[in-house]
Amino acid sequence: MIQSFKMAVKSIAGNKFRAFLTMLGIIIGVMALVILVSLVSGATGSVTDSISSLGSDMLTVSISDDKGNPITLQTLEEWMDEAGIGLIAPSAETSATARYEGTSGSVTVYGTTPAYESVNGLSLLLGRFLKFADVDNHTNVAVINETAATELIGYTDCIGEEISLNGVKFTVVGLLEDDEESLTAVFGRGSVVAYIPYTSLMRLSSNVSSQITSFYVSAETDMDTAKNAVTELLMERFDQDDDAFSVSSQDALEDAMGSVTSVLTILLGGIAGISLIVGGIGIMNIMLVTVTERTREIGIRKAIGAGRGVILQQFLLESVVLCMFGCMIGVFLSWVVLRVVSVVVSSLSMSFSLEWNVVLIAVGFCFLIGIVFGLYPANKAAKMAPIDALHYGG
Amino acid sequence: MIDLKNVSRIYRIGSTKVYALNKANLHIDEGEFVSIIGPSGSGKSTLMNIVGCLDTADSGEYLLDDVPIEDYTENELARIRNQKIGFVFQSFNLINKLTAEENVELPLIYQRVGKAERKARVAEALERVDLSKRARHLPSELSGGQQQRVAIARAIVTRPSLILGDEPTGNLDSRTTEEIMGIFHDLHRQGNTIVLITHDQEVAAQASRIVHIRDGKLSEVGV
Ligand SMILES: Nc1ncnc2c1ncn2[C@@H]1O[C@H](COP(=O)(O)OP(=O)(O)OP(=O)(O)O)[C@@H](O)[C@H]1O
Ligand SMILES: [Mg+2]
Repeated sequence: MIQSFKMAVKSIAGNKFRAFLTMLGIIIGVMALVILVSLVSGATGSVTDSISSLGSDMLTVSISDDKGNPITLQTLEEWMDEAGIGLIAPSAETSATARYEGTSGSVTVYGTTPAYESVNGLSLLLGRFLKFADVDNHTNVAVINETAATELIGYTDCIGEEISLNGVKFTVVGLLEDDEESLTAVFGRGSVVAYIPYTSLMRLSSNVSSQITSFYVSAETDMDTAKNAVTELLMERFDQDDDAFSVSSQDALEDAMGSVTSVLTILLGGIAGISLIVGGIGIMNIMLVTVTERTREIGIRKAIGAGRGVILQQFLLESVVLCMFGCMIGVFLSWVVLRVVSVVVSSLSMSFSLEWNVVLIAVGFCFLIGIVFGLYPANKAAKMAPIDALHYGG
Repeated sequence: MIDLKNVSRIYRIGSTKVYALNKANLHIDEGEFVSIIGPSGSGKSTLMNIVGCLDTADSGEYLLDDVPIEDYTENELARIRNQKIGFVFQSFNLINKLTAEENVELPLIYQRVGKAERKARVAEALERVDLSKRARHLPSELSGGQQQRVAIARAIVTRPSLILGDEPTGNLDSRTTEEIMGIFHDLHRQGNTIVLITHDQEVAAQASRIVHIRDGKLSEVGV
């Protein structure tokens, strides 16, 4: 076996350029498979990371039809006492023009309640978050994030500064850490953010009323119980019509992302697989040529006692070695390409590395191709009658 | 050891039939040195290929060591060629990309002989044909006589009981022919059965028995 392996390597090495051309199909196929799948899983990996960093311990509820029975801050207050439900924070959003001394810019303004900080897992750098008193008195206070502070005010130590939102003066009371991993950051919008009391936003924007259409819920103990509790409350309120609202958890988002990823992976993997099969046909082609070229050698080997199995093994091994060698080169080149891509897009905070399970699949697939496409030529060699082979071509 | 009974081998080319062997009978005992002589196209190589289990007869019976050849499968025949028979061809039939040493080693690999023993026996066989110094040369780097000696080494390395030579000296000059014949005589003295095909009366005369072949028919001439 070791002997036949050496023999196979030797006969491939005997014609390096042809071997390389033959392997090219396999090399390209392997690269397509490994690179595409690694890229997909690298890209989706960073998106899923940011989804899960939003916290999987949060439900997002949105109301599409309130049936004349709108949800108010009062309602949410009551629901927080229900079993299974932790905190509830309303969320309304508008875009406003912010001004500070000479500078101005667009800012995404969220109107909410103190519960928002804990439900969404925000981390405060300076000052404080919103208080109940702020909501009750529609105080004009704002909690802004680092980006907002640096872009608008110019420095982050800005507690007590006054900014104006759509011409209304707000006092900055807190500074939040930028959430670089957040979904909104990934999709590149709304990175300049201000949080103000829900009631203050009602005054600032005509689109926001006391009728709450979107809010976040955290769980008292576990997500499933919370989800059931919220759903039950909403069903009761909206005449058992489950089209009137939607309750979604981050898990669901992750699941959806996951299925998109797997569809994409299978699709690209399939395309790459086809190119590998094309590579395999190239191998078969060259193996048939090799067998014909070496008919006389086969005759000699048979004359001195090589059985069918020995000849079959010799050519099969040659085809498998050819495939595996191509596979190794392909994996290596994929690694190089992925390194280069990683460096080029490093600013996107995505990382691409060899997916080892794809490499394993590629190796297994190449092995299979070596066998399947080597079998016919090898069998052709093994079947030759010794005397005919010996007399081939003089 | 060899028993051919009414063996025929017919080649059909279009509608014409060529009797390469026509009801040939031949008996060779263990330890004999037989030469077969005949003109070109008379069926010598055909006979040799059948005796060497490379080809099969179209009719008649061939017993090797009292067993009819038809009883063997293809792989068993390969094993017989490997273990019992050493073949030396007119055109050497060495594998060009293997060195002398590797060519000689090949039949032992097919016998699954261990590496250490293989090396020892290859060295011994090359020594017998006086080619130890050329062990690592490729066939293309050797003269015709040297290549034929490599082929002989390959034939004897498995210690077969039957050595077949199909015009082994046909491509060689008279001095090299003598050297090669010397090796065959040595092998004969050591108890091997030897069958030699030749064109050359002088070479044929060195055997203990001469068989003539003409148009596929065999005839013996007195000792
Ligand atoms: N494969 C073949 N197909 C058709 N005819 C063949 C084949 N092999 C041999 N023959 C014919 O069989 C006859 C015997 O051929 P063979 O090779 O045995 O002759 P030979 O005695 O060895 O001749 P030489 O001394 O030239 O080697 C010849 O007439 C040849 O044309
Ligand atoms: Mg001949």
